[in-house]
Amino acid sequence: MAAASAVLQSEWTKIRTVSSTVWTLASALLVTVAMSAALCALMSSTFDDLSDLERATFDPTLISFSGMILGQLAMVVFGVLVVGTEYSSGMIRTSLAAVPQRATFLFSKIAVAGTLALVVGLATSFLSFFLGQALLGEHRTSIGADNVLRAVIGGGLYMGLIALFSMGVAAMLRSSMLSLGILVPFFFLVSQILSAVPKAKEVAAYFPDQAGAKIMQVVPNAMNSEEAAYGPWGGLGIMLIWVAAALIGGYLVLKKRDA
Amino acid sequence: MRALTLVRMIELEGLTKRYGPKTAVDHLSFQVRPGVITGFLGPNGAGKSTTMRMMLDLDNPTSGTVRIDGRHYRDLDEPLKYIGALLDAKAMNGGRSAYNNLLCLAQSNRIPERRVGEVLDLVGLTPVARKKSKGFSLGMGQRLGIASALLGDPEILMFDEPVNGLDPEGIHWIRNLMKALAAEGRTIFVSSHLMSEMALTADHLIVIGQGKLLADTSMADFIQQNSRSYVRLRSPQQERLRDLLHANGFIAVEAGNGTLEVDGVAIEKLGELAAEHGLVLHELSSQRASLEEAFMQMTAGAVEYHAHGTDVHGAGPAPGPQWSTPSGPASDPTSQGA
Repeated sequence: MAAASAVLQSEWTKIRTVSSTVWTLASALLVTVAMSAALCALMSSTFDDLSDLERATFDPTLISFSGMILGQLAMVVFGVLVVGTEYSSGMIRTSLAAVPQRATFLFSKIAVAGTLALVVGLATSFLSFFLGQALLGEHRTSIGADNVLRAVIGGGLYMGLIALFSMGVAAMLRSSMLSLGILVPFFFLVSQILSAVPKAKEVAAYFPDQAGAKIMQVVPNAMNSEEAAYGPWGGLGIMLIWVAAALIGGYLVLKKRDA
Repeated sequence: MRALTLVRMIELEGLTKRYGPKTAVDHLSFQVRPGVITGFLGPNGAGKSTTMRMMLDLDNPTSGTVRIDGRHYRDLDEPLKYIGALLDAKAMNGGRSAYNNLLCLAQSNRIPERRVGEVLDLVGLTPVARKKSKGFSLGMGQRLGIASALLGDPEILMFDEPVNGLDPEGIHWIRNLMKALAAEGRTIFVSSHLMSEMALTADHLIVIGQGKLLADTSMADFIQQNSRSYVRLRSPQQERLRDLLHANGFIAVEAGNGTLEVDGVAIEKLGELAAEHGLVLHELSSQRASLEEAFMQMTAGAVEYHAHGTDVHGAGPAPGPQWSTPSGPASDPTSQGA
């Protein structure tokens, strides 16, 4: 058996020696923080225009993560490229000849890339939170308030899990283009639209992003939305099941199919 | 330093690969002998690359096994130290530098980083070590692939069509490299669809066609058996000519197109004999079978993609253009296309 520590080191070298790592992760952070900040500033200046109900359920924590709707796409690209580039470049054959144990190979790659995505995700969510609160002025909350720290850490976990889910999908589809062509429209359009359509939203609530995003909410019915059938951790649990399914699927494809 | 306990043997047993109804590799059993260059020969589409990918456990066989020193590839501890392979020059991430591509591989098998510099030096890529490999020419990509194969200083090396698309200088370089590696006692398994290329490098030959084993022989035996010289005769009075030859104890074999071939008799003697009996000859020529011809004859029934209308000489009994050159086609290393 190839030593896992050696394979982890190798995968770390792979990740830090391609330029896509830096630009995808930097985009995830910058886009999320900038868009969240802009929406917080906007919300702060138009707070008085909100309905009474919306004001009563205002969730200053959640609003400071609103840029994730766009920033998460960069995380998707990061996750997809980490796995998909092995296939598009033909490197997969060289990689598997060096590390023929499929599980060691894939899960070392996922461990390294997932850890990196989680670290960047946490940095993103903390930066987004503090900058957002600073811009919300009198409507702000604090990190010490009830459930706020859980939501901020949850935001980082969410970003990391989105990347892991994308890695699993890319391992199943064995193509960067195909994976991006499915995941980006799904997270950016399909999931968002369906979650606003009556009936469909009951199903959409169990999509990985919709379920996982509940962890970032402090007010359960924030902005007068419907309360979910599950709590914040329940939602993260649903997302974890999706991630586990994608990764197991990716592993089985790698194991069964010819490289 | 070579570890003496290693046998450095690859054994294939009943290796089979089917893609749906198509059998790409058909019950292939052979051994790659240690310490020599074994040529793995077959026409395009014969299943060479598929076989090599199965040897490296990249493709799953439908049935059969491959053992390296008695073990399955997947059970090798740090396989790059046992077996190095060049499958195709493009099997690297072009967005990464040559150095970093090799470094990832080295680290995964706990090969010291200084070895990366050594192999880059060995293949002459040191000046472009820090350049992204996507800008590499085919020849440079091939050299990078060879560098990755040599990374773990393995006892066994596998090269799939290493000279494909290379210029003469590159071909010369790879040929010499393989000989030098074999001289160090390493096992080398190299595939090609060019008999002439193998004749220059290989000690042993394994020939396959349509996934089946056609020959497993030493190069010396193959040459001895196949590079015969003979005399070709063509006459409008073919029946009489043949009877005459038989009457004189010469064995004439009908070779199609109304020609007869006679082995081991001087050309002068045959000409004089025909003249004595007043037979008209349209052709009297001495022929020498090339290894390329022998190879093509061997695989003639097993070529998947025939190029129709080519003037490849001697490829089976198909009627072709008549040859009147007195010397016949000599062994020509460049005459065979794909």
